Amino acid sequence: MELDALMLSRIQFAFTISFHIIFPAFTIGLASWLAALEFNWLRTGNPLYRNLFRFWVKIFAVSFGLGVVSGIVMSYQFGTNWSRFSEYTGNVLGPVIAYEVITAFFLEAAFLGIMLFGWEKVGDRLHFFATCMVALGTLISAFWILSANSWMQTPDGYAIENGKAVPVDWFRIVFNPSFPLRYAHMVMGCYITTAFAVAGMSAWMLLRHPHDAPEAKLAASRRSMSMALWFAAIFVPVQIVIGDLHGLAVLKHQPTKLAAIEGNWERMSNMPLRLFAVPDEEAETNRYEIGIPKIGSWVLTHAYDGVVPGLKEVPREDRPPVWPVFFSFRIMVGLGFAMLGIGLWSLYLRWKGTLFTNRTFLTATMLMTPSGFGAVLFGWFTAEIGRQPYVVYGLLRTADAVSPVAAGAVTASLITFLVVYAFVFGFGSYYLAKLLRRGPDPVEDIRGDDIGKKPKRPLSVPDEGIEGRPGHRAQPAE
Amino acid sequence: MFGFGNEYEGLAFWLPLIWSGLIAVAVAMYVIVDGFDLGVGILFKAAYSENWRDRMMFSVAPIWDGNETWLILGGGGLFAVFHIAYAVLMPALYVPIILMLIALIFRGVAFEFRFKSERSKFLWDNAFFFGSLLATFFQGMVLGAFVQGFSTDGRQFTGGTFDFLTPFSVVTGLSLICGYGLLGSTWCVMKTTGELEIWARRMAVRFLIATIIAMAVVSVWVPFLGRQIEARWFSWPNMAFLAPIPLITIYTAYRLFRDLEEGRHYRPFFLAIGLFLLGYLGLGVSLFPYNVPPNLTIWDTANTVNSQLFALVGFAIVLPITFAYTAYAYYVFRGKVADEIQGGGYGYH
Repeated sequence: MELDALMLSRIQFAFTISFHIIFPAFTIGLASWLAALEFNWLRTGNPLYRNLFRFWVKIFAVSFGLGVVSGIVMSYQFGTNWSRFSEYTGNVLGPVIAYEVITAFFLEAAFLGIMLFGWEKVGDRLHFFATCMVALGTLISAFWILSANSWMQTPDGYAIENGKAVPVDWFRIVFNPSFPLRYAHMVMGCYITTAFAVAGMSAWMLLRHPHDAPEAKLAASRRSMSMALWFAAIFVPVQIVIGDLHGLAVLKHQPTKLAAIEGNWERMSNMPLRLFAVPDEEAETNRYEIGIPKIGSWVLTHAYDGVVPGLKEVPREDRPPVWPVFFSFRIMVGLGFAMLGIGLWSLYLRWKGTLFTNRTFLTATMLMTPSGFGAVLFGWFTAEIGRQPYVVYGLLRTADAVSPVAAGAVTASLITFLVVYAFVFGFGSYYLAKLLRRGPDPVEDIRGDDIGKKPKRPLSVPDEGIEGRPGHRAQPAE
Repeated sequence: MFGFGNEYEGLAFWLPLIWSGLIAVAVAMYVIVDGFDLGVGILFKAAYSENWRDRMMFSVAPIWDGNETWLILGGGGLFAVFHIAYAVLMPALYVPIILMLIALIFRGVAFEFRFKSERSKFLWDNAFFFGSLLATFFQGMVLGAFVQGFSTDGRQFTGGTFDFLTPFSVVTGLSLICGYGLLGSTWCVMKTTGELEIWARRMAVRFLIATIIAMAVVSVWVPFLGRQIEARWFSWPNMAFLAPIPLITIYTAYRLFRDLEEGRHYRPFFLAIGLFLLGYLGLGVSLFPYNVPPNLTIWDTANTVNSQLFALVGFAIVLPITFAYTAYAYYVFRGKVADEIQGGGYGYH
């Protein structure tokens, strides 16, 4: 592996996009979660929901801020490091990206300010509207960026003129073959990521208190964990179905990627479901393979004797690196089934009435906090590495997409990004941990004076300093 | 479905003109709105007290994110409709753009982190100040490098990594610090009260003087960077049409100075914007129709007609709505910021 501008740019892009995707994956779900909490607060007047909103909106603000600053970097990197990609695809992808900016980013940004700082200025209804607009903005943003990325996976609606892609049919470009399922898969993935983060953090807060602690201290965390686990129990199975359908689409449109995912070298029917193997790219075979006969074909084609394409059908130089794709996919699926397990376990404990007191379950849920982030990341590794050696599948090779920049400049920028992101991410995690340790306000603090009636001072994010004196909270600002 | 034909010859001429107008508006919006909030950051270190810094930061906290979105529209818009310009400019400006982005990361996270810290607050005070200062400086260098032009062969950048670094681009970098400082300090005059406002007024006068000097230096320098620019300004009858630009600029600066002396609250900020727009217009006149000076024009670098039309349909529908709710967000947070920011952060009201 030669560390030229190409390889360095690939490492830099992989690093910055992986860092970035963590935050949207979280905030897409959190924005909708906040809208649900605020809706419940306005509907019931139960201060528990208000306290939960006030708590999670701070987590949201930190995550969103990190997402914004790491996202601006992305919009310039297409040009700085991948200018030949920009030149090749600009006619098609340029407008798609621009649509994301004008329909989503402005919506999020304008209403984010009102959501974080404006409750008292605009009143309940408009504030709720602002929260909904932020949530809508995150979903629209995901729509366009998934459309653009899906076009890179399954390009459609274009023609090639003078060696560049030009648009022919915009409907087929935006709604290219892999887009609808990938959008559904990603949005659901983000929601589930948030569900497990919320459930896990709530479980941690419950574990920190003895289960006979005053109800007021536990109520909010119990409610948030319960809501999140309901969501997980219902939608993780849905996600598995979407993922399966998506697998059929990959088989149809990206056979080589699918062969890499399956570690399948020869075209075959009755393919085993390979649970583990070490793909050997030199010898074009797998070592230490453990599989269940025929099930692989059944999962992919919904028929036991279905034919699955093999890697050897294409020349070596057209194959993606096999083992990262093979393992990333298995890690994603493994995490998905672990989530399914937690969802089912939660249903069983609910039925037994010990959801909030079973410490083994709470510990397991807490440990699952990062599971969604892992699944999203490894899912994207599968999708993006599986598309190699192409950046636009079948059309443009990654090696032909890089900018005419000096390797030295990219080395310097890569090192800078590594150091800066480590620093910023480190402090971000530290402040998030501080916020989590504090937890939502106990419900009893407010129950006395404003339960059942409209609060005079609703929740415009009292955001006091959180370091230093334990137990110090800002007084209600009357 | 939804394909636009490429057969309209006239559109191939008009669309790039319309789009350069739209992108010019987006860039102007960016320069104004992020200009003042970067400017607040530039003033930050000089503020006398913690309370001042809290109030200054709070005056921009609800809107900075929207302001920075115009920068994404600038980059995204260039990619959207002048993708060849984007593909040539970005590698040519690799170093200053990456450094600007890094600086923006520091100042962006400072908004969130500063309000959540106590012992480590100084860290984010510095991140906000140096982030704003350096982001501005590198933006100014990008501008300078743009004005002085790029070596290209066909549609490829052929220059070196450090071509951007010249005495001229250093001067434009410093000039932009003066200009954003002026926007930031007049913003503080408008948004704050008491001693902070008086101090901001004093700072505004200083930045105004610096800005005038910077504009004069750059204006004298620019026409001699390339023969085309010189010919445009100093030939007849262009001179008659263009002479008002420097004259109005001088009058605006004088008016701004008087307003600051007379204790006006709002008008200095808007006059500072006017000053910016005049400078911007001057540069526009110098460079049009090149968007990769000195070789590539907006017609050389534009997308296909079909591609430009698709983007234009969306912009025509969505951009007015975007303007409306962005204006509303500003309207919600109108007026002066309270004297006391309680709870060390932004939860005071």
